[in-house]
Amino acid sequence: MLAQQLVNGITIGSIYALIALGLTIVYGVLKILHIAHAGVYAMGAYLGLWVYHLVPNLFVAMVGAMILSGVAGIFIERFLYKSMLDKSRIVPLIASIGLFIAMEEAFRIISGPYVKAFPVHFKQKPWIFGSMRISAPQMLVFGVTIVLLVLLWWVISRTRMGKALRAVSMDREMADALGVATERIILLSFFISSALAGAAGVLVGVFYNSVYPTMGDIPAYKALAIIVLGGMGSIPGTILGAFLIGISETFLIGFVNIPLPRDALAFIVMIAVLMFRPYGLLGKE
Amino acid sequence: MSAYFVTVAITIGIYVILAISLNIITGYAGQISLGHAAFFGIGAYASGMLATRVGAPFFLCLPFAVVVTGIVGAILGIPCLRVKEDFLAITTMGINFVVQAIFLYVPFFGGALGISNIPVPSIHGAEMTKSAYLIMVVLFVLLAVVVDGWLTRSWTGLALASIREDETAAEMSGVNLTRFKVIAFVLGSAMAGLAGGLYAHFMSFISAADFGFPESIVILSMVVFGGIGTLRGPIIGAIILGIAPELFRPILDYRTLLYGAMLVALMRFQPQGLLGIDSFLTRNFRRLWKQEASIDEASA
Repeated sequence: MLAQQLVNGITIGSIYALIALGLTIVYGVLKILHIAHAGVYAMGAYLGLWVYHLVPNLFVAMVGAMILSGVAGIFIERFLYKSMLDKSRIVPLIASIGLFIAMEEAFRIISGPYVKAFPVHFKQKPWIFGSMRISAPQMLVFGVTIVLLVLLWWVISRTRMGKALRAVSMDREMADALGVATERIILLSFFISSALAGAAGVLVGVFYNSVYPTMGDIPAYKALAIIVLGGMGSIPGTILGAFLIGISETFLIGFVNIPLPRDALAFIVMIAVLMFRPYGLLGKE
Repeated sequence: MSAYFVTVAITIGIYVILAISLNIITGYAGQISLGHAAFFGIGAYASGMLATRVGAPFFLCLPFAVVVTGIVGAILGIPCLRVKEDFLAITTMGINFVVQAIFLYVPFFGGALGISNIPVPSIHGAEMTKSAYLIMVVLFVLLAVVVDGWLTRSWTGLALASIREDETAAEMSGVNLTRFKVIAFVLGSAMAGLAGGLYAHFMSFISAADFGFPESIVILSMVVFGGIGTLRGPIIGAIILGIAPELFRPILDYRTLLYGAMLVALMRFQPQGLLGIDSFLTRNFRRLWKQEASIDEASA
């Protein structure tokens, strides 16, 4: 039972991590709260479903959704955030919220308000270790998350592009002055983070076998709680925060019958941590 | 006046008070709050519960709501002092979710059923008509405007502006950050509590769903849409965004889409808000005004 809850918690945590990582990368580079990131995530689920109907192959659907979401992210940066960087912080925040609202409505108008199934049939039998059971969709979530996290780690810590990205997120102006192509790095960071969100959208769509217009609502704010908990802009902190929230949610719902909804829990944990560490778990001043 | 018009006008009046109150916290003191609906809700619950559980008259419930919300604002303002900027924005958002969850899950607050049968206020035993209620709401809007005007002209207003512009510099100049931030939180929350009380007795039924995070976004959008940091901005913003859903009623299916698109477009092309400091409209009004003044002078 305990081990099973842990597996479920890690599944949820993996999905949170994929969504929140994109948000933290964008925050690191531009210092904006990108609420519309959750819109990109829902868009990824729809795009994945669309590709899957054209080519019934999950790998193709996943990669297609990631590329298309990434391009959407680039458009968002180009046409929205680029002009707002020198404005007060509330300006991109409101624009982002407006975009998120508009995106959800666009999904509803284009695709209908109903829940759509993501009909993937797994031939793989679940793995069973004693009382613990890992189902095929859970294996998919774990596998994709591990591959993407390793890929992200490699890009960020082992390539020139990654070095430039880290430089830009430490100090954009200084990086610019030292000859880093800041513009291109910002676009790259939007591509990476939106592609991660798109992958998370497809995973959630397959895992729960449902895609619907408002599926981004809960991730929209929970991912914010997670990146704040981890220390905004810190990638290891975000992964830690995502698994912490994912696991504590499943455990508290599974064992302790607390009279609070699981969605408020993330915020209680976050506020409690902020009282002792005002810059998050692994954040720096 | 038709009942429909009066209802819309009362709703807008309540939103104007909310927008003015949030503007004190976010516009004047520069503390981004994404959880203002929590205080709106606390006011509504305080007033509604005192009226239904104790049977207190409306004119006792309303000050009670203001005081309770002000106190809660001070208490919740304390954790907010620990965090800054974006951390503060997310913390206030978290407070909103937690407060809403408490309303929804604690039986004392009526749970999912909310608070119903909140009495319509009566004067000398006669129930207030909707038109009378509208007049009362307008009076409270004027009160909020007066308080706001007093604030911006006082030393407190100046201290808040200095905190907004540069916290470190303000502290170096001897501004007590804790004290003035708490003042802003208390004033803003108490005013939101007033709006909550007015809302509760107007709707006669309230539930946790009315005071969620989306409602906070609606209020913040009004402030930013009209022009943050000014008095005219939140008022105009609340009126325009309050009327917009009614105007868009014929195109019901696209209403929310348009609402979102409007926010995006305004932030993209006019980030100061419609009537904000140095916005397109303000500049041109100024220019027209000056021209007329100079023409008057020339003819005199």
